[in-house]
Amino acid sequence: MLSQFLQFLFSGITVGATYALAALGFTLIYNASNVINFAQGEFIMVGGMLAFFFMQSGIPMPLAILLAIAISALVGILLVKLAIEPARDAEVVALIIITLGASLVIRGVIQIWLGKGVHSYPAFSGNEPIQIAGATLLPQSLWVLAITALVVVALWYFFSRTLAGKAILATSCNRLAAQLVGINTQRVLLVSFALSAALGAIGGVLLTPITLTSYDVGIMLGLKGFVAAVVGGLGSGLGAVLGGLLVGIIEAMAAGYISSAYKDAIPFILILFILFFMPRGIFGAQVTERV
Amino acid sequence: MNALKRHCALMFLAGVLLLLPLALPNNYYYDIAIHMAINAIIVLGLNLLIGFAGQISLGHAGFIGIGAYASAILPTHFGWHPIFAMVAGAAMASAIAAIVARPIFRLKGHYLAMATLGLGIIIAIVIKNEAAYTGGPDGMPVAALGLMGFSISGEKQWYWVLAVMLLFSFWAAQNLIDSPFGRALRALHGSEVAAQVMGVDIVRYKAAIFVLSAFFASLMGSVTAHYVGFVAPNIADFFHSIELMIMVVIGGMASIYGSLIGAVLLTALPQALSTFEGWETVAYGSILLLCMIFMPKGLVPTLAARFGRNDQEEH
Repeated sequence: MLSQFLQFLFSGITVGATYALAALGFTLIYNASNVINFAQGEFIMVGGMLAFFFMQSGIPMPLAILLAIAISALVGILLVKLAIEPARDAEVVALIIITLGASLVIRGVIQIWLGKGVHSYPAFSGNEPIQIAGATLLPQSLWVLAITALVVVALWYFFSRTLAGKAILATSCNRLAAQLVGINTQRVLLVSFALSAALGAIGGVLLTPITLTSYDVGIMLGLKGFVAAVVGGLGSGLGAVLGGLLVGIIEAMAAGYISSAYKDAIPFILILFILFFMPRGIFGAQVTERV
Repeated sequence: MNALKRHCALMFLAGVLLLLPLALPNNYYYDIAIHMAINAIIVLGLNLLIGFAGQISLGHAGFIGIGAYASAILPTHFGWHPIFAMVAGAAMASAIAAIVARPIFRLKGHYLAMATLGLGIIIAIVIKNEAAYTGGPDGMPVAALGLMGFSISGEKQWYWVLAVMLLFSFWAAQNLIDSPFGRALRALHGSEVAAQVMGVDIVRYKAAIFVLSAFFASLMGSVTAHYVGFVAPNIADFFHSIELMIMVVIGGMASIYGSLIGAVLLTALPQALSTFEGWETVAYGSILLLCMIFMPKGLVPTLAARFGRNDQEEH
């Protein structure tokens, strides 16, 4: 009983950590620009696919991973430069379609370049499972958790202790006021996209040895990251992390105890219930809307 | 908008639909024209919701899926008459829309997008998983649509059926927008608070238009199923929802003509791009990007403004 529960918990937390990274990406971009970036899931895919490609071309693993993350960040910057900035004053719906268009372009390019196959690479430190109270934990899961935790701490430091981080926070509070005190909001936008692309790519790189990757895994992962971000109240960093873990754990529990066929539906059923009863997410702040 | 202009537009559309077969060399082109008409009818309904009432829906394909699968499952597994199956599907889609409408339309912006997206994905996953009834990922065949001993078959017959349906939908949409109901919708798009102050029950109106567009989507899902003779789960998936929303936006939000243009262009686009071999997705995405960057208001409103006509008259 306990071992089964632990097993589901482990797999939930592992996947949840990736959702958390994706949700942080959504949150970052949403705060900096009020855009929901539907291409966020593609960064997860690009990270995993590029890491696979570089390793296959004989580049040592650590370097391949760094390259994959750096190139993903570059794709994020390109996305701002080519698509978001030119459409600066567009309506929300238009911006949503722009990010959807961008996600199609990214997916299409990867599909042409690296094909439609399903890929994977060896886990970072072997596949010898660790036994904990009858449940098994893959070493790669520990990597996922450790690096996610590290990223969250680094982000916390960045936003609360550095000038650049504070500039992003200021911009998300009030763009005009931020501009007036001399913050380069254009640069803030660039940094936010690069950072969330890198976050997505890190998630993809970490998860690929466990769940495999292919050109089309980005959509579902991205949408679940979006669910996690909304559960967390859209805009709250801590909420995004907790939301990601919560969505991952509930998904794994429901898949294990109720129905594995409906695994993918569970985050969406969850979000409908949450939105019906708590329209601003679990961790969302109470906001009074100005007319 | 004055009645004369409205009638002119309707007559013009009727003329185009009447003359179009002369320009269609073979069944392949008929097939494309039929899909254009189907999409145009769905997009007209969706544009009432997105463009006029200002409420986003990222899950509309779910309703199309309900209609399509009702027409596939009820006659095959339960021996229902296809017409009753079609009505039952539309009733079910409307009922689901009505049930979720109240809680959903208290939400705004991205939360509304999330809720409608979730609803659509759940419907798609149910269709994919209940393989005993739906055939799962492989899909299932659909019986022919018969009415009083006469069954519709072949591209030419279907073309005329859909031409009539499209004309009716166009006429209905025109009238709806100029009715008190349509004015209420536009009022709540402009400012919900102002509309409320003027006595518009905003949630009720949003719910009504949501149910109406779900009803039409389901109906067209049934029509598609019967026309194609086969249904597969991708009719209900997230991509189809996105495709429909893109038709609305590219054509022009809150523009009836835009809905037609958007549906025609985006139905033709994948056909035109099929020569690019492998680059379709990239080309499709790039065209979306360019359209939205350079014409964020959509084709018809942008062109109308360009040629100096009053944008307001384009409704």
